[in-house]
Amino acid sequence: MINTPLFDTTSLMAALPEIFLLSAIVVVLLLDLFLTKPFKQVTYYLTQLSLLTTGVLAFNLIGEPETIILGNSFILDDMASVFKVFMMVAAMVAMVYSRHYLLQHSLFRGEYFVLVMLSILGMMVMVSGHSLLTLYLGLEILSLSLYTLIAIARNRAGAVEAALKYFVLGAIASGLLLYGMSMIYGISGSLNISEIAVFANSATLASREVLIINFGLVFLVIGIAFKLGAVPFHMWVPDVYQGAPTSVTMFISTVPKIAAVAMLVRLLIDGLGAMQPYWSDLFTVLAILSIVLGSIVALLQTNIKRLLAYSTISHIGFVLLGFATGVITGYGAAVFYILVYVLMSLAAFGVIILLNKKGFEADLISDYKGLSAHSPWSALMMLIIMLSMAGIPPFIGFYAKLFILQQVISSGMITVAIIVVVFAVISAYYYLQIIKSMYFEDGDEAQESIPAPIDIQLVVSINAVLILVVGLFPDFWMQLALSLF
Amino acid sequence: MENFYLTIALSPLIGAIIAGFFGRVLGRSATHTITILGVLVSTVLALMVFNHHVLERGEVFNQNLYTWMQIGNLNVSVGFLVDNLTSVMLVVVSFVSLMVHIYTIGYMHDDKDYTKFFSYISLFTFSMFMLVMSNNFMQLFFGWEAVGLVSYLLIGFWHHKESAVEANLKAFLVNRVGDFGFLLGIGLVLAFSGSLDYMEVFASLDNTVNQTLWGMDLITVICLLLFVGAMGKSAQVPLHVWLPGSMEGPTPISALIHAATMVTAGIFMVSRMSPMFEMSDVALTVVMVVGAITALFMGLLGIVQNDIKKVVAYSTLSQLGYMTVALGVSAYSVAIFHLMTHAFFKALLFLGAGSVIVAMHHEQDIRKMGGLRKKMPITYWTGLIGTLALIGFPGFAGFYSKDMIIEAVHFSQLPYADWVYYAVVAGVFITAFYSFRMFFLVFHGESRVDHHTEQHLHESPASITFPLIMLAIPSAIIGYFTIEPMLFAGWLDNAISVASRHLSMAELSGEFHGAAEMISHAVQTLPFWMMVGGIVVAWVFSIYRTKWADWVQKKFSVVDYVLQSLYGFDRFNEIVFVNGVKKLGNVLWKVSDSMVIDSMIVNGSARFIGFIGSMVRPIQTGYVYHYAFFMIFSLLIILTWTLFMGDKPLLVI
Repeated sequence: MINTPLFDTTSLMAALPEIFLLSAIVVVLLLDLFLTKPFKQVTYYLTQLSLLTTGVLAFNLIGEPETIILGNSFILDDMASVFKVFMMVAAMVAMVYSRHYLLQHSLFRGEYFVLVMLSILGMMVMVSGHSLLTLYLGLEILSLSLYTLIAIARNRAGAVEAALKYFVLGAIASGLLLYGMSMIYGISGSLNISEIAVFANSATLASREVLIINFGLVFLVIGIAFKLGAVPFHMWVPDVYQGAPTSVTMFISTVPKIAAVAMLVRLLIDGLGAMQPYWSDLFTVLAILSIVLGSIVALLQTNIKRLLAYSTISHIGFVLLGFATGVITGYGAAVFYILVYVLMSLAAFGVIILLNKKGFEADLISDYKGLSAHSPWSALMMLIIMLSMAGIPPFIGFYAKLFILQQVISSGMITVAIIVVVFAVISAYYYLQIIKSMYFEDGDEAQESIPAPIDIQLVVSINAVLILVVGLFPDFWMQLALSLF
Repeated sequence: MENFYLTIALSPLIGAIIAGFFGRVLGRSATHTITILGVLVSTVLALMVFNHHVLERGEVFNQNLYTWMQIGNLNVSVGFLVDNLTSVMLVVVSFVSLMVHIYTIGYMHDDKDYTKFFSYISLFTFSMFMLVMSNNFMQLFFGWEAVGLVSYLLIGFWHHKESAVEANLKAFLVNRVGDFGFLLGIGLVLAFSGSLDYMEVFASLDNTVNQTLWGMDLITVICLLLFVGAMGKSAQVPLHVWLPGSMEGPTPISALIHAATMVTAGIFMVSRMSPMFEMSDVALTVVMVVGAITALFMGLLGIVQNDIKKVVAYSTLSQLGYMTVALGVSAYSVAIFHLMTHAFFKALLFLGAGSVIVAMHHEQDIRKMGGLRKKMPITYWTGLIGTLALIGFPGFAGFYSKDMIIEAVHFSQLPYADWVYYAVVAGVFITAFYSFRMFFLVFHGESRVDHHTEQHLHESPASITFPLIMLAIPSAIIGYFTIEPMLFAGWLDNAISVASRHLSMAELSGEFHGAAEMISHAVQTLPFWMMVGGIVVAWVFSIYRTKWADWVQKKFSVVDYVLQSLYGFDRFNEIVFVNGVKKLGNVLWKVSDSMVIDSMIVNGSARFIGFIGSMVRPIQTGYVYHYAFFMIFSLLIILTWTLFMGDKPLLVI
């Protein structure tokens, strides 16, 4: 570990992706002001270019030795870099889908892209946060951008309602998180993750000190659980997913989850690893609740965005289970799961957006009746995605679940594994329901497919096919996820 | 040699795949050329393998080629065990298959599914090779089921005929009974030896000594279960009922599958398992008695049949019974010897029957034939050779093998062996009777062919007569040349083991003084005169005084009724199994499936989950203050929990 003085400019290279992105945000924000209507697309392309460059910069940092800069508050390690690369790729794909959606629904504005980039900057700070403050700072940058993003469709009542709900509940969650951080700071006397870790590991802790740490821990877990959308801190998820414009829903349901997992790793594994038996128990409870509730309530949904919200909740349950095992292979399986989840979720929303057209949101399950008849390719993509989400081999979703379950079983939680498998079977019902609608029911005759732009078609296809391809060769990605710990 | 074995098995498979998937594109002649080439390659290689193993006394090849799966200590592989027994089987199967392939060109000439048929028979050949070359029970079972599948497909090949569909369903179901026993036997083998590999199983046979199951020796139970499988496949009473029905399929497959090869799989399997069967006299006795019952009573049924293929079918059942008897008296090599000679002459008889059927425009009733000798000379003469071989006329192939079986029974010390001896001797008379009855009715006497058919009656094309001639040669001479090396000079010694207390083979060997000697000695034996008697009676009833037959039929109407109704096996099955199972199925369907599983378990759990969902959903009210309350409430619960439990682990799941 290399500790460097506060403002050594060469050490700032470790934060190069963030610095570049921040500069790019400023440029794009200013430039967008002067672009006249015919040139608005420039913002989009500049955003994609910025994300690409940031991703490349982050990619180049993979393999660098672990570096901690900026007064012990910012860490560069392989996990940070790999997560950033994945976030950039996911964000770029999300932007391809978003553009189609925004154009179809006349929501195309430069601010959208600037806010997305800002939220990504926040996430990058979270991923690299090595102090309670940077982590919180990153979280707030992310959250504030997301609230605004939802409200970007400001003439839609649903969107404004969702934004407000998210804002109020998010503020409570942030407050709880901050409160927990203050407790940890109060007892350990430090904001720095590694110093907190040293403190928590020391053998001379009095039982009252342990209690205070545990209290702080509960608040931290709640803050993370809220961001991830785990039961019982999931209430915002269905409402926000349904109310927000679909492109924003897609964004919220994908990239920030990676950042939240990163924050979980930073706070709980790097910082409070000594308390692992305790937070493992918490996670086990949250995970089972999430899987059970996510699987059951999803059965009754008629709105596909809401259905995907509950599906997210149950997927998050699996991720938490991976962490609950408390072993490195379990963490690896959890990270693998979240990346797979992002891949599948992006693809699912991609197909939904692909079917969007002016005045048609394609957000009801009944909108998918007879899809195979008029757009067989989209139906096939959706079929792959749904089968993968249900966890059916050879798609990647199966291996994600399998790896988690293997770890759960090998750490002796047989009962948990049985519960989880039973509810995974139940959840297969609603995924299959969509397939049934697409293939075995007759749709409206009036519906006809309008060919979507080639870029989104291509990206959706690649995205969905990846689910199959990665599913055939899951080993490399699993090894990658394991290597981060 | 490994590549040889692989090529033998795979070249028909490749042929089958090409014919199956691209047959329609390639056209008829390309398809049959490819599949025949595939089988020809196998035949040539099989002869080379035979030369290597049997004539040059090559090393036994036993090797796993591919590990299919590994479950714990159980290794399931694809592997070949090629010894002399396998070599003999390879030659028989490939040669008969080749002849049938050629024959099919002529026989199926007008069929619209011509290419599909070739695909099936090539696939069958592949499956049969896998069965005989297997070195483990799993692959044996694979081949066993694969030949069963193709048999099923081919019996129902003319699926527009209702009787064909019924017959193939019947064959399928009856074979399930046999396979069930077979599978249980394999399961027990696995249980006691922990392996499925033949050699490992045989090596661990000592483990079974003094172990009992269901009040019997373990090894007896295993052998009986395996034999149930053999009874299904080799059509032994009471699991024989499917074989006559299988005649609904095209004649080439009756020759290949339901006479020469597949039905002998059971015989082959028991021979392969000889180290196991040798340990249980009880099992051997059962085998012998079942074989004798089949040999005698199925032969009797042949007398009253009037369908040309049915007569040959019942004769096949009877001959399979003879082979089974040979197995029972520990004369495995005699059984394989009879299997081989039977394969040639029975394929010949079936193909001859097919030739007649084609000439008669698919008329199969022998009462409507007669006097075909002049019109179809090649079919006539080859048919005569086949018939003489079947009845065991001295010098012909069947003579040696059948005589040896009868002698082996004579020397056996198993209980009931003396009864079985009478049964198989009586069987000789019956065989000669029904065979020549058919032969005379078809080829001799006055023509009863209807006028229209009579005019078009002519000898079959070369693609049909060529296989007849090729099969007639071994039918005539193969017994003379192979009896000594196969039975007494140890051709099969490296595959078959006989316990020293079973003396049949040793005694036989003492009695044997050469193939030529046997012919001259034949006139002094009982079976010879039984055979002559059978021919004479057949001549009397079907040529000399045809009215006498009707008189006998009336006089012994009870016997006739019993025989005509095939001893009532079909009716018994219909009443007990078909209706019984239907009723049982109805009950199970209504009570367990419909009520318990469907409405209670499946729909019930779905309703239950839905109910819980509808209970939980109202929590999601949409009001922010509800949500915030819920969050804070959950927080309080967790904090309380933390406060009271302190730093101890909280959950023990």
